[in-house]
Amino acid sequence: MAATVSETAQRTGAPDPHTLRWILEHMLLIRTFEERVAALRQSGALQGSAHLYVGQEAVAVGVCARLNRDDYVASTHRGHGHAIAKGVDTARMMAELYGRSTGTNKGKGGSMHIADTSVGMLGATGIVGAGTPLALGAALSAQKRRTRQVAVAFFGDGAMGQGTVYECLNMAAIWKLPMIFVCENNGYAESTPVEYAQSTPDLAERAAAFKMPAFVVDGQDVFDVYEHAGAAAERARNGDGPTFLECKTYRYYGHFLGDDPHRYRTAEEEAYYRGRDCVERFLAAGVLDSNDAEQIRQAAEERIDAAVRFAESSPIPDRAELTTEVYA
Amino acid sequence: MTLRQAQGEGRSLLFRRAENEALRQEMERDPRVVLLGEDVAGAAGRAAQGFVDAWGGPMGSTKGLIQQFGPDRIIDTPICEMSFIGAAVGAAMTGLRPVAELMFVNFVGVALDSVMNEGAFLRYMLGGQVSVPMVIKTAIGATGMAPENGGGTAAQHSGSMYSIFAHIPGLKCVTPSDAFTAKGLLTAAIRDDNPVVYFSHRALGGTSMDVPEEPYALPIGESRVLREGRDVSLIGIARMTSVCRDAAERLAEQGVEAEVIDLLSLSPLDEECLVNSVRRTKHAVVVDEDWPRCSIARDVAAVIADAAIGYLDGPIKTVTGAHTPVPYSGVLEAAYVPNAERVVEAALATLRD
Repeated sequence: MAATVSETAQRTGAPDPHTLRWILEHMLLIRTFEERVAALRQSGALQGSAHLYVGQEAVAVGVCARLNRDDYVASTHRGHGHAIAKGVDTARMMAELYGRSTGTNKGKGGSMHIADTSVGMLGATGIVGAGTPLALGAALSAQKRRTRQVAVAFFGDGAMGQGTVYECLNMAAIWKLPMIFVCENNGYAESTPVEYAQSTPDLAERAAAFKMPAFVVDGQDVFDVYEHAGAAAERARNGDGPTFLECKTYRYYGHFLGDDPHRYRTAEEEAYYRGRDCVERFLAAGVLDSNDAEQIRQAAEERIDAAVRFAESSPIPDRAELTTEVYA
Repeated sequence: MTLRQAQGEGRSLLFRRAENEALRQEMERDPRVVLLGEDVAGAAGRAAQGFVDAWGGPMGSTKGLIQQFGPDRIIDTPICEMSFIGAAVGAAMTGLRPVAELMFVNFVGVALDSVMNEGAFLRYMLGGQVSVPMVIKTAIGATGMAPENGGGTAAQHSGSMYSIFAHIPGLKCVTPSDAFTAKGLLTAAIRDDNPVVYFSHRALGGTSMDVPEEPYALPIGESRVLREGRDVSLIGIARMTSVCRDAAERLAEQGVEAEVIDLLSLSPLDEECLVNSVRRTKHAVVVDEDWPRCSIARDVAAVIADAAIGYLDGPIKTVTGAHTPVPYSGVLEAAYVPNAERVVEAALATLRD
């Protein structure tokens, strides 16, 4: 696969110190949030459906590091990472998982629909591939309103089996929309391996057929993602149309919380990808002082502690909320 | 404007030109309104060769708009209903007010996810963070012309299917019955902050009546009494409203005074209007071109049974399409579509019982 982190950092010129801190803060915030959700579920303190992003942090963070607050992101069922990287408040996210009225979605959406449009997070979705046309519409809207905003569609390798993704690739290409397609190829669509379900080893090949720039990216290397996303965002803002990034990555947990991945993959395979862990490789690159890094880790723990306290002390929704907000 | 105003005002206008006028006036009024869909102009990108506005929409109702608003706002899409309707949802969430043309209602088969799981649900799922101000404008209906040689457009291009949409919370559904209600309801749909499905019956496209020239919106969620009568309420949807009127005239010849209700809005449903009428006439016939199972007709019957059963002097009758795909053969298609004769029979049956 691609170069090592330090090599990539040298090639591109490392992000500035502020961005480096931001990257580690958000990768650790995502990981800490997700590990806490897993622990809360394990202990029985929290119920409800959730799909964890652990292992894939470099993708969300590397892409969102290149976005402005008013740029758009349409996410997937595995959306916590995208939300956190786009700036959604982790306390309100945790409250949403708890089904509380202080949640991002007032407890009406849960993990699979977390959204905060005030920071451009248009929402996670429970339908594989369905975020892509929403992002396309946001890109179309930005183009018509002449705002220079960019819309990112995150989706997985599983979504590359859905027709709507190809329909959107086509429309984005013919209309030169300000859009980035980010395919997170984590090797599995639920329990189905990508080499079984997809006819081409590199999914980026397919996007290239739509005559747009398409790249295979090391999704466990935040610098590689950051570099490609930066170029893609620049093309989008300059009116040069969409880009497709296939980020090869890996999810450490099962498809959903409670899914045992050892029913379909080996411990050796997991160990290989954990050996390429995006956080560890970032730290090994030596671009941040180790004291700084430890401080950032502590801060993430404290943020998530506070998020859980906020969620647990938040009011449950009033039953009258059942019938509100169906219509504008 | 209210439903009681404006009959007999304005100039004579075709139904499809009334739709065109609503689109044009709303696009002039609000720069956020865009139209997108398959062949809404046609011959896209061929202006240099002299080809512009080849179709103007499958029914011709968007003809001439591209000359005024250009391809920036009249957007011909590739054939991909799931994605361009999904894009309309995304655009509606982010500052535009799209009108998406779903060429025939049957094509929702490939687009239902965007309509339901996204368009209809997003506001609720997101805890009220967004509104989705968009219109899905779609053609419905069998023409029922009954030629002996040949037929219509068959099962995949002649459906009504609005009960599928009306079933979904978050959507509003309107069914104009003539050129006047077409303009008023399409205008209202565009101005509404919710996803509104506007069902345009193909057989009405070439009908005309007096339509006011100035822009006007009719209230979504209100039905109207088109003809007053004391003996039986005939309740129609879209083209079936004119079938009800024909039936009412035939019944009058037999001394039966039928009231005709034009439903106009399927969701929200104007339950008050229905129930008030039936409480007076004590008899109801619901006429619906759609399939009977889980239909608007039976939903209306259930509303009447719930709120007015003590007033009824006969069973609630429904006259619907057959529970079959719409057939091709003109003879079979005419047998599929409810007609005045069947409505008269149903009215007399409930009056007899």
